[in-house]
Amino acid sequence: MRELFPMKQVMGFVFSLLLTVIALAVYFLDMSFATGITILLVTAFIQATVQLVVFMHAGETEDKASIYSNAFFGILLAVIIVLGTLLTMIWDMG
Amino acid sequence: MEFFQRFAIPHPSPAIYASMVAIVLTMIAIVVGVTYFKKWGYLWREWLTTVDHKRIGIMYLISALLMLFRGGADAIMMRAQLAAPENTLLDAQHYNEIFTTHGVVMIIFMAMPFIMALMNFVVPLQIGARDVAFPRLNALSFWLFFMGAMLFNISFVVGGSPDAGWTSYFPLAGNEFSTSVGTNYYMIAIQIAGIGTLITGINFLVTILKMRAPGMTLMRMPMFTWSALITNLIIVFAFPVLTIALLMGTMDRLFGTHFFTLDNGGMDMLWANLFWIWGHPEVYILILPAFGVYSEVISTFSRRNLYGYTSMVASMVVISLLSFTVWVHHFFTMGQGALTNSIFSITTMAIAVPTGVKIFNWLLTMWRGKIVVTTPMLYSLLFIPLFTIGGVTGVMLGMSAADYQYHNTMFLVAHFHMVIIPGVVFAMLAGLTYWWPKMFGFMLNEKLGKAAAWVIAAGTLLAFMPMFFTGLDGQARRMYTYSETAGYTTGNMISFVGAAILAIGFVIIVYNIYYSFRYAPRNIGSDPWDARSLEWATHSPVPDYNFAVTPQVESREAFWDAKKKGHVLFKEELKKIHMPNSSGVPFIMSALFFVFGFGFIFSIWPLVIISGIGIFACMAHRSFEKDDGFYIPVEEVKETEEKLGGAK
Repeated sequence: MRELFPMKQVMGFVFSLLLTVIALAVYFLDMSFATGITILLVTAFIQATVQLVVFMHAGETEDKASIYSNAFFGILLAVIIVLGTLLTMIWDMG
Repeated sequence: MEFFQRFAIPHPSPAIYASMVAIVLTMIAIVVGVTYFKKWGYLWREWLTTVDHKRIGIMYLISALLMLFRGGADAIMMRAQLAAPENTLLDAQHYNEIFTTHGVVMIIFMAMPFIMALMNFVVPLQIGARDVAFPRLNALSFWLFFMGAMLFNISFVVGGSPDAGWTSYFPLAGNEFSTSVGTNYYMIAIQIAGIGTLITGINFLVTILKMRAPGMTLMRMPMFTWSALITNLIIVFAFPVLTIALLMGTMDRLFGTHFFTLDNGGMDMLWANLFWIWGHPEVYILILPAFGVYSEVISTFSRRNLYGYTSMVASMVVISLLSFTVWVHHFFTMGQGALTNSIFSITTMAIAVPTGVKIFNWLLTMWRGKIVVTTPMLYSLLFIPLFTIGGVTGVMLGMSAADYQYHNTMFLVAHFHMVIIPGVVFAMLAGLTYWWPKMFGFMLNEKLGKAAAWVIAAGTLLAFMPMFFTGLDGQARRMYTYSETAGYTTGNMISFVGAAILAIGFVIIVYNIYYSFRYAPRNIGSDPWDARSLEWATHSPVPDYNFAVTPQVESREAFWDAKKKGHVLFKEELKKIHMPNSSGVPFIMSALFFVFGFGFIFSIWPLVIISGIGIFACMAHRSFEKDDGFYIPVEEVKETEEKLGGAK
């Protein structure tokens, strides 16, 4: 019975619900913009990871190395593009 | 009547009316010709519905060559206009439209499909596969590209061409300053072609990662396949940025949003930023496959294995990351501070390092090799010095402080033409000549081929070297004329002569194709160049199923070692071969995309809705369709193999 019960998925589901509740709290509770955005960003990234690993089965096949390296490459490029754009267009714009 | 008014050309000239007539006559001639020779069935069965990567490659090739002549005609007109001061051959508006379409056509509708042509034809053969991972999707890619290209090309006779430069910077490209539908064409046509490219990127990534012949590890792949892998990786990460930028631009132009406007919180410079986040990786999307071609050609005709295989791979992997970190060097003068410019100057210098590694690897491959100067090798030999001129001037432009002097001058124009023509165009011509016998079963004439290579190299130098000097003297790019006192006359006249010589070079290539088609011998065997990789292990022209028996790879240069060291490539018995079915849906769906795009450009919403429903219907059809492909029986394989010169 224990082998048949999808413990990982149930726990993942509960965890993603919890993350959603935390994210929703930003709307209902009164907090500063910076705190709110920080919470949203952090929960969003954890949420995405949970979805990828638990429900989209990243890491369960033999090509998990290429899946994770692709995901890592994508995140790295996104960070470069976002920070580079902010630097160019806002932070360092005379 | 008012409805039809919108299709009129805003700035008509006799040349445009003449082209309208020419286009209509050509179309009538094609329809009449195909009907007369009863070729509609053949065209539909063998080409329009094909999912064969080789035929799709050839269709990409034909489109690329057609677009090369369209873009070339634009170039000749520009050079002719500037050949003399105060020239009145073209007016300002017409000149704007021509340099815009020249840029878009050459990059997106000539260089890209040329690369796709070679990748489609060569990559599955080099890795010993029967086709790409998703053959139907591959057909969709091609037809989306083709319809995008056609949509862009009708712009100059229906509604007017885009005129805001190939970079289409906002706010110039916004409704306020570009009132004609031209820029809508830019946004929509590139979007449609871009979807096709993105699909190709995913398709080839999967093909190369998943469909290699047994024994071919990643580090045993031929260098062209490696370059295709990295290129498609960059496509998958870079093209979505263009998709979004074009979508935002379209929304601004058609639906009154304010992403790139000057007022209401818009940020006009964000377009330039997004465009170049795609645009710089795009440069490497063009150049890496070209480098792959040079690696194959130089190693084959030096009769040596490629020097520094591992460092070649490493440099491409490094480029795939660094190519995303340099985009700001396209707009150093936009107003950001010295800190930003310095950071992007340094990343720009850094990306020159892996490129330098590759150049030295090629030189060291040739060193002590037995060099055979064939046409493809001649292009590769000419490429190295010419490309270096483009490269070092690029380093000059990359220094942000100095760039304030060079920015937006002919110096820049000279630089990127000296990079792209020897880098990409020479490589494509080399690849075309090199793989031509594999595609069509006969070789191009060597004498004519070499003559064309020399003429094109001379034309390139003559056309673009003077621009470095007029640019340093202050001649701005995209200016339709200049006064005699400016002193640019001699340089521009030389450029015009160079452009004419380049045109002669391409005419020689066309004549070469015609001449070789008529007179070249057909009994050339399957390996006329004494080459090294797997595509030469099957027959020329290649049978539908590529390899009768899946090859087994034991080394990096599988075919060479099979010839010289006695490795056995084909160990198994003949089996029935599983093949994908042809399908007309990709063509129909892309044709609907054409109508959909046309509707968007002219804001004809009923057309958009109807064709949109059609597109979804095509996708739904695909979802519910059961298609398991078909099998070629062993007897038929045996028969084909015998006809082509015996089972290997």
